Amino acid sequence: MTTLPEKTERKLGLVIDLDTCVGCHACVVSCKGWNTENYGAPLADVDAYGQNPVGTFLNRVHSYEVTPEEGTPQLVHFPKSCLHCEDAPCVTVCPTGASYKRYEDGIVLVNESDCIGCGLCAWACPYGAREMDSVEKVMKKCTLCVDRIYNENLEPDDQIPACVRTCPAGARHFGDFNDPESQVSKLVTERGGIDLMPEQETKPVNKYLPPRPKDTLEEIDILAPLLKPVAEKPDTFIGWLNKQLDKI
Amino acid sequence: MKDQPYLDTSPKVSDEIRKTTCYMCACRCGINVHVKNNKVSYIEGNKDHPVNKGVLCAKGSAGIMQINAPSRLKSPLKRVGPRGSGEFEEITWEEALNLATTWLKPIREKNPEKLAFFTGRDQSQSFTSFWAQNFGTPNYAAHGGFCSVNMAAAGIYTMGGAFWEFGQPDWEHTKLFMLFGVAEDHDSNPIKMGIGKLKARGARIIGINPIRTGYSAVADDWVGITPGTDGLFIMSLIHLLLKAGKIDLAYLSQFSNAPVLVDNDTGLLLKDKNNKELVIDQKSGKLVTYDTKNISPSLTASHNGHQTVFYHMIEKYLSDEFSPESVAERTGIKAGKIRAIATEIARVAFEQSFEIAEPWTDFRGKKHKTMVARPVSFHAMRGISAHSNGFQTCRALHVLQIILGTVEVPGGFRFKPPYPKPSSIHPKPHCKVTPGAPLDGPHLGFVHGPEDLCLKQDGSPARIDKAFTWENPMSAHGLMHMVISNAHAGDPYKIDTLFMYMANMSWNSSMNTKGVIEMLTDTTDSGDYVIPHIIYSDAYSSEMVAYADLILPDTTYLERHDCISLLDRPICEADAVADSIRWPVINPDRDVRGFQSVLCDLGARLKLPGFIDDDGNAKFKDYADYIVNHERKPGIGPLAGWRSKSDTGKGPPNQKQLELYIKNGGFWTKHVPKNARYYKPWNLGYQNWAVETGLYDSPQPYLFSLYVEPMRKFQLAAMGHGKQQPPEHLRERILTSMDPLPIWYPPFEETVTDNDEFTLHALTQRPMAMYHSWGTQNAWLRQIHGVNPLYVPSKLMKSHSLKDGDWVRLTSIHGTITVPVAEMAALNEHTVWTWNAIGKRRGTWALDKNAPEATKGFLLNHLIHELLPSKGDGLRWSNSDPITGQAAWFDLKVRLEKVKPPSSSEPVFQEIKSPVEPGPNIILQGQS
Amino acid sequence: MHPTPSVIIFTALSGLGFGLLVFLGLQMPDVTGGAAFIFFAIGFGLAVGGLISSTFHLGRPERSLKAFKQWRSSWLSREAIAAIFTLSVMAIYAIGRIFFDYDIRILGVLGAIMSLVTVFTTSMIYAQLKSIPRWNTKLTPVYFLSLSVGGGALLAGQIKVCLFLLIIAGLFQLIVWIKGDRALALSGTTIGSGTGLGTLGDVRAFEPPHTGTNYLLKEFVYIVGRNHSAKLRIITLILMIGTPVLLLSLPFSHLLAALAVISHVVGLFISRWLFFAEAEHVVGLYYGKR
Repeated sequence: MTTLPEKTERKLGLVIDLDTCVGCHACVVSCKGWNTENYGAPLADVDAYGQNPVGTFLNRVHSYEVTPEEGTPQLVHFPKSCLHCEDAPCVTVCPTGASYKRYEDGIVLVNESDCIGCGLCAWACPYGAREMDSVEKVMKKCTLCVDRIYNENLEPDDQIPACVRTCPAGARHFGDFNDPESQVSKLVTERGGIDLMPEQETKPVNKYLPPRPKDTLEEIDILAPLLKPVAEKPDTFIGWLNKQLDKI
Repeated sequence: MKDQPYLDTSPKVSDEIRKTTCYMCACRCGINVHVKNNKVSYIEGNKDHPVNKGVLCAKGSAGIMQINAPSRLKSPLKRVGPRGSGEFEEITWEEALNLATTWLKPIREKNPEKLAFFTGRDQSQSFTSFWAQNFGTPNYAAHGGFCSVNMAAAGIYTMGGAFWEFGQPDWEHTKLFMLFGVAEDHDSNPIKMGIGKLKARGARIIGINPIRTGYSAVADDWVGITPGTDGLFIMSLIHLLLKAGKIDLAYLSQFSNAPVLVDNDTGLLLKDKNNKELVIDQKSGKLVTYDTKNISPSLTASHNGHQTVFYHMIEKYLSDEFSPESVAERTGIKAGKIRAIATEIARVAFEQSFEIAEPWTDFRGKKHKTMVARPVSFHAMRGISAHSNGFQTCRALHVLQIILGTVEVPGGFRFKPPYPKPSSIHPKPHCKVTPGAPLDGPHLGFVHGPEDLCLKQDGSPARIDKAFTWENPMSAHGLMHMVISNAHAGDPYKIDTLFMYMANMSWNSSMNTKGVIEMLTDTTDSGDYVIPHIIYSDAYSSEMVAYADLILPDTTYLERHDCISLLDRPICEADAVADSIRWPVINPDRDVRGFQSVLCDLGARLKLPGFIDDDGNAKFKDYADYIVNHERKPGIGPLAGWRSKSDTGKGPPNQKQLELYIKNGGFWTKHVPKNARYYKPWNLGYQNWAVETGLYDSPQPYLFSLYVEPMRKFQLAAMGHGKQQPPEHLRERILTSMDPLPIWYPPFEETVTDNDEFTLHALTQRPMAMYHSWGTQNAWLRQIHGVNPLYVPSKLMKSHSLKDGDWVRLTSIHGTITVPVAEMAALNEHTVWTWNAIGKRRGTWALDKNAPEATKGFLLNHLIHELLPSKGDGLRWSNSDPITGQAAWFDLKVRLEKVKPPSSSEPVFQEIKSPVEPGPNIILQGQS
Repeated sequence: MHPTPSVIIFTALSGLGFGLLVFLGLQMPDVTGGAAFIFFAIGFGLAVGGLISSTFHLGRPERSLKAFKQWRSSWLSREAIAAIFTLSVMAIYAIGRIFFDYDIRILGVLGAIMSLVTVFTTSMIYAQLKSIPRWNTKLTPVYFLSLSVGGGALLAGQIKVCLFLLIIAGLFQLIVWIKGDRALALSGTTIGSGTGLGTLGDVRAFEPPHTGTNYLLKEFVYIVGRNHSAKLRIITLILMIGTPVLLLSLPFSHLLAALAVISHVVGLFISRWLFFAEAEHVVGLYYGKR
């Protein structure tokens, strides 16, 4: 079972738009709220009001400063959760089969009742997508809200991961990458979606849309055609104005 | 399927969804509260809600940790130890209300002004002000004065509304969006949603902000402006656009006071005997009132030497004083960059314009076949507003929008009903005190000249915060940040009882925190407190609790009734009028009561006229009763929904109103007709619809005020004209600051500081995941933001040999703090900043006394005084905008030096004895 | 990586134990009866003790039997099976040697081979992890195996073999460090590739996702100062290799041999501590911790 399916019927995952994410952490907390109530054990918060609060989160937002060789430094907000890799090393290392990738949609899950809490899957994941719950002592990870996306108790347009539903800026998209006509496939094509750590050869399903080129308004030091003065002094300006007003 | 484990992919989600309104910040999003076994199990955005359309921010989703927070107060408390000790005894509600009545009744009978009633992050201001008005004290306001009154007032005076609650960019059509100084605060989800829409279609966003985080991080272009110079930058844009003729002349002529003639002698606008502004009709050359049918007001004509407003603008803004080269150094923006931005604005506004084929008729009867787009839009909030030059800067931004013709047109800025609402139809401030009787009218409003100021017969301030005085004549939201300082100083007079709600004045909501704590605990020679009584209502164990004598514990937001009323700060959209409610989706498990219900009770005990019936009995059982049955005017009450069969927004009280709101998801909307969607101030379609909906009594078309005449009236007084005269020491300042056309002057702190010593600007912003999370240090959110380093620009890190985690001493003219640092490259080179209000005092919010918030977190507030340094004239000069009194938080200048790491950030405050038990060590939310 | 005691003990002791079993399976020394009992007891004690120690690393040790299922893909599963198989084979062999003075030769050889296989599977648990470039090399099994047989020879009292194997192990240890220090850089995984932002400029971690710590930081981000590490490496070489080699080169005495064993084991623990503590998990890049 921890051998990976050769091909999954669908390839569900997320597109995360780094050009749009404002770093608000809405996805982080919505994810926490849904997943602590649903799939498997709660996501514990230890020392919750204390000196060193540590909780289990399945999605976290980093931020990075990027300083180009020439030009202005940029700040990029960077949400990261499980990428549901096609060649998921976290699955193959699992000794018990608790960690598995679903045949039907490629979602990588942990069957908590089989998890011995050895942590090897987290070791194997280069992305830091798995966290051992400190109370339940089993591995927790993004389920792509498998208990939402097929959940018939939810309205059809709510059958998407909690993080996608809540994202205020619309920086997160959910869909089937096996379908070239899906929104996620199109976004990846149009915006040049990329893999994280491609050299790790995990073939992540989730893709990231890189920030669009920034700070492209070039300084205009002499006369910009659009800013050509119609007059230099107030009286000549009135003269120009009168001509314009006649045209209105 | 093969050997996969069985998985139930359709588990039951919850027993029930209860739809109410969020209160984790001021956005007022609609939320679906999932309830399982009568406990809240999950909170998500309400898809049908006009504000958030289903999305929800980090704070909103973390609400579940707010309602279970250990910091919740559990019963009324009476102070037994000294103020600040945190020693209380629990008392019953009856005892608490009796005590409050004993204090308040004599005040009302003799000197109602000796009650200062100030509410902080109150979303029921139309109610709390009604209570205060009935009590008869002039001393009421909410937190606007230390928040963003410059933006609000500048917007109202200039064009009848500003950003956020007043209006929004036309997210659907705008092609260039400029975001000034807005950090992550205010209108949080709608702006994120708007940015998302722009990003989806690749529209350009320009962020003007010393700090490149949040929205400025996703901006296509970032302008790391020097704090306090936004006005100069904007005026330079105005200069370039005017000079190039890239302005909307037709718009200016028809919809603004650009063509109105200015009296050459007085600087007042020429008006006819009905007080209507006069213009010259381009076609006939005649002097006519601005609203005469079918005229074309001339921008250039003159009349007996009286020139148009536009003429004066040209004179002012074509001056080289505003050329890019002149402002480059001061603003820290290269001249070429300013040109590039002006070019981009001009290009998009005039070359990317398009038309929407929607005929409409203006107030002069002129029929327009289309609506013409100027797809450039702007947004700004506290960043440009919280400076002592903030009002004029905000004015400049509105003037920029108007000369481009981008207000109320497709692609530009759009008002949200009940706005637009010009300053002239807003109430004026009232302050006439009659012992034992209500005040003569609403406290807050818009002055139109010296005659509207709130002064006593002897010319001294009528209000404790000195709002609406010569010190800050247009202080439309009051000056909450001055209340304690003035009450302590007895300037203008002493008070008896300070009554506050949701305002953490002994911590992050005050400038000069340490000083305020001293004022709250200071005693007279006879050993009494200088401020004799303090009543405070809060739901949580905040820093302020310890400084009150009587605590009235409030409920959390899911346990109460509330209304987000059109009479207050509504939740409307550009295309719809809307209001909403909160209702108890869970019941309190403690002996607490909603503050507004408590006020209904207290009002009845005090026999306030609005709160008793003809027999002298309580008129309202609770706040819910008030919401349904109170009428401000016949047919107009707190909620507009379901008041009549045709649901116009007006009508008699409907006893089923709250039920109907709940059934509808907690809100009510009524859509603006298609032909009324743009040009609202002049569009007859809109004006008539607004009357029908109860927003106006009659159509109120008006002109945008590029030139704000009331300001000129104050200038005239300062020059010696008129009966009401300012005190001598203020004449000069009024004359220079209250220019009726936007100007720029250096922030006050810079003028009294050695700028060679204090070379750095220091700012704060609220992180998106925390901003306005006034409730408590939330168990989930505090993991995201549990400490706040001081962010220091890379160059400065290097020159001071600092690395992340080192500590510095930060010093202003007022004080010193010692704090940890972190490096930031995308930051104005002369600016340091931190996240606001992460720092907490030991012993508060039910946190461990060694919580990082207390040991490493810190406030910049200690460096900021509510007063400017003494000028040696014996006067107390407030550190506020001279026009509105807005607290000048962001004028702060500092210097820094590296120090050895102390054991915790400094200053260190004594631990407060917690009035609540500590929280659980482990939280397993969702454990069944 | 966080140098968790249970894992250090597990790999060090089981390596030694199986190393000893290799030699016992090959009848080096050729002992039976009481002597065999002692040798086998040490071998089994170390191997089983190590394995037991590894279960302390588990969050749910009561489910540890489930770990035998996934031999098709999981090195950890293979290791568990190999260990049990090896110990079973060796147990039969040992019973024969101890109680019956009987030599089931084939079992001895098989046990010896399987002991090596077991150590190899242990090493592959680490060597397979691309996420930890320092480990993701053929040198990892070589390092584990060379120390296992070196230590095994030492415990088995095979002095000549031991001298040879320990020197070889020392050389491999040096190579492991030298190559290991460049492994992260050579892996091509950087904060730039991790974020995909490397093409835009120099990437620096700004705010961490949470201001507090988390499982990932505790488990994977452990930073050993360069000076500290250099000192420990020298101590390792002296204790684990140098001292035993020196002591064994002197005329044989039980005291010196015992000292050699103690020195080697202490050195081995430090070596294994460094193996974990110095290993850079690429997730640290996301936190700017590399």
